[in-house]
Amino acid sequence: MRSPIRLERRLEQPKWLNWAVPLISLVAALILGALMLWITGKNPIDVYQRIFERGFAGKRAFSGSLEIATPLAFTGLCAAIAFRMGLVNIGGEGQFYMGAVGAAWVGISVDNLPTGITIALMCLAGMLFGSVYAAIVGILRARFNTNEIITSLMMNYLAGIFLNYLIFNSKSFWRDPNSPQFPKGKPVADRAAWNTYTVFGIVTPVAFVIAILAAVAIWFLYKKTRFGFEVSVIADSPKAARYAGIRTSSTIVIVLALSGALAGLGGAADVGNFRGLLDAKGVQMAGYGYTGIVVAALARRNPITTIFVAIFIGGLTKAGYALQGPDFPSGLVGTLQGLILFTAVAGEILIKYRVRANLNRTGAVAA
Amino acid sequence: MNSNIFVIIISSAIFYGTPLFYAALGGILTERSGVLNLGVEGTMLIGGVTGAWACLHIGGSAWFTITMSILVGALAGGLVSTLLAFLCITLKTNQTVAGLAITIFAGTVGLSSYFANIWEVAKKPVPHPIRTMDVFGLADMPVLGPILFRQTSLTYVSWLLAILATVYLFRTRIGLQLRAVGESPQTADAMGISVIRYRYIHTILGGALAGVGGAFYSLAIIPTWVDGMTKGAGWIAIALVIFGFWRPSLTLLGAYLFGALQSLSSTLKARGVDISGDILDALPFIMTIVVLVLVSSRFAHRRLGAPAALGIPYEREER
Repeated sequence: MRSPIRLERRLEQPKWLNWAVPLISLVAALILGALMLWITGKNPIDVYQRIFERGFAGKRAFSGSLEIATPLAFTGLCAAIAFRMGLVNIGGEGQFYMGAVGAAWVGISVDNLPTGITIALMCLAGMLFGSVYAAIVGILRARFNTNEIITSLMMNYLAGIFLNYLIFNSKSFWRDPNSPQFPKGKPVADRAAWNTYTVFGIVTPVAFVIAILAAVAIWFLYKKTRFGFEVSVIADSPKAARYAGIRTSSTIVIVLALSGALAGLGGAADVGNFRGLLDAKGVQMAGYGYTGIVVAALARRNPITTIFVAIFIGGLTKAGYALQGPDFPSGLVGTLQGLILFTAVAGEILIKYRVRANLNRTGAVAA
Repeated sequence: MNSNIFVIIISSAIFYGTPLFYAALGGILTERSGVLNLGVEGTMLIGGVTGAWACLHIGGSAWFTITMSILVGALAGGLVSTLLAFLCITLKTNQTVAGLAITIFAGTVGLSSYFANIWEVAKKPVPHPIRTMDVFGLADMPVLGPILFRQTSLTYVSWLLAILATVYLFRTRIGLQLRAVGESPQTADAMGISVIRYRYIHTILGGALAGVGGAFYSLAIIPTWVDGMTKGAGWIAIALVIFGFWRPSLTLLGAYLFGALQSLSSTLKARGVDISGDILDALPFIMTIVVLVLVSSRFAHRRLGAPAALGIPYEREER
C-alpha cells in the first residue's frame, strides 16, 4: 500500500513559511468549520458574516474584541514561551486565576496610592502569584521529572476549586460581604481601576499596551540574550545543553515561572481593567488559559505574532459571546478554535516537510 | 451491615471508577502502540453527548437502547480518535499538541457542547439510564453483595475486558507485536509488522473505550447530559495509565482508588459528616499529582514499563 503523497524532509526552512503557514492553517480551519456548519444544517456564509460583523467590523466591535484579545495575549505568551523550550504549560488557566486572586487582593487593600503605583503593584502581585503557582509545576518537572502537562492541568482544576472556595464557600477577604444572597467578589478600590485610552476611536485597555510591551520584552529575551540562547539549545537538544554546561533544571523552573507570571499578569488585567473584582465564575467560564494554547500554536510560538493572533481569536470569541442564541449554538466558537489548533498543528508539517506526489517508475500516480 | 460506610465507599468507588477504567484501558492500548493520546477528556465528552443523544432517540427495550447508546458512544469516540491518529501517525505532528487540539476541539465549550445544543440533549434526563443490577439475587448479601453483585452491566464487562486485555497484551502474538511497536518501531518494522496499522487500530480502539467511559457519565452517573460533565476524568485516566504501569490489572485498582476519591464527597455529605466539600473535590487532583511525582522518576519510568517509543512519531528511514 503506497500513499499518493510523500513527505520529504526540508533541508532548510524558508522564511516566508513563517507567515504563510499560519495563514494557510487559518483558511483551512475556516473551510473545515464551514463544512461542519453545512453538515449540521447551518448556513456557513451567514454565520461567518455575522462573526465578522460582531468581531471586527467597525470601531465598536473592534474595541469589544480587544477586551478579549488582551487576556488572550497574556495567556498566549504564557503558552508560547514554554513551548519555545519544548515545555507544555497548559496551566495558564490556573495561573491566570491565581494572578487574579493576587491582583484583587492588592486592588481591594490599597488606599491613597496614586493610580500608576496601584496598577504596578497589582501587576506585580498578579505576576508573583502566577509565577509561584507555575514554579511548583516547574520544580516537580525539574526535580522529579514529573510530566508537566498533567500536573499543570491538575493545578488548573485545583485553582478553580480554590476560586469557588474564596467566593462561594467561605467568607474570605475576596468576597463581597454586602451581598450574602448572591455571592460575588468584593469590588476593588476606585483607584485600582486601570485606564483605557481611545486610539483612533478604538478603546484600548492599558493592559493591552502592557501585553505588547511584554511581547517585545520576550522577543528580546529569546533573541538577544544568553538566557534565550540557552533555552533554544535545551529545546533543540537537551543532551547538547548538558554537555555545554547549561543548567537545564533551573532553566525549566525559570521558564515556567516566567510563563506563569505572564498568565498571572493576564489575571491581574482581568481584575483591574475589565471586571473590577474577582469573578470566580466569569474567569472559569472564559477559559482564557486554554484558548491561549490555540493562540500560541497558531502564532508558531513567536511573541510578536501572538499579539496579532490574540486579536483575531479575541474577535472570534467576542462575536461568539455576542451572537449566542438559538441559531448560534454556544459550542461553535470553541469548535472553531479547536479546528484552528488542528490545522495549526498539521501546518507544522508544511514547515518541516515538502509534500510531493508519490510517483512510480512509469510516472503515473500510484494508488 | 450493608449500610456500613466502608461498604458504601467501596461499592461506589467501583461505580465511579468504572468510566475511569474504560478511559484508562483505552489509554493503555493506545500508549502501548507508542501513541500518546492527550485527547481523552474531549473524546469522553463526545462519547457522553452522542450516547445521551442515542438514548433519547433510539426506541425499543431498555436493554437494546442502552446497548446501542453505548455502542454509539464508542463509535463516536473511535471517530474522534481517528482524527488524532491521522494527525499523529500519518502527519507525524507533535502528539502533545495534537491531543490538546482534540480536547479543545471536542471539549467543554467545543463540539460536545455544540452537538448538545443542536441536538437539544442538554439537561434532558435519558429515558433508560444504566442501573445497577442484582446479580444472582446476591445483591443483599452482607458486605460482598453491594460491592460485587450490585454493580452496572458495564462494570462487569470492564472486569472481563481487564482480563482479556491482560491476556491480549502479554499472552498473544499480536499483543507481543503491539508492544514491539511501542518499544521499538524500527525493529517491529524490520520484522514485517506494520507500525502504522498497529498504531491506527489501537488509537481508534482506545478512543472507542474512552467514548464508552464518557457514555457512562451521561447514561449512569448523572444520567443526563451536562456540558463538560466529565470534569477532568479524562486527564485522571491519562495519569492512571502511568499509575497502573501500563498494565490493565493495576490500572483497575487505581481507577477504583480514584473512584473512591470522587465519590467520597457525596457519600460523606449524605452521612452528614461535616467536612469541606472543596477539600474533597480537590482530593482526586491532588492525589493525581502526588502519584505522578511518585512514579515519574526516570528510573521508575523505565523499570515500570513505559513504552520506549511513547510519543515519538515513527519515520521509516528512506533509502
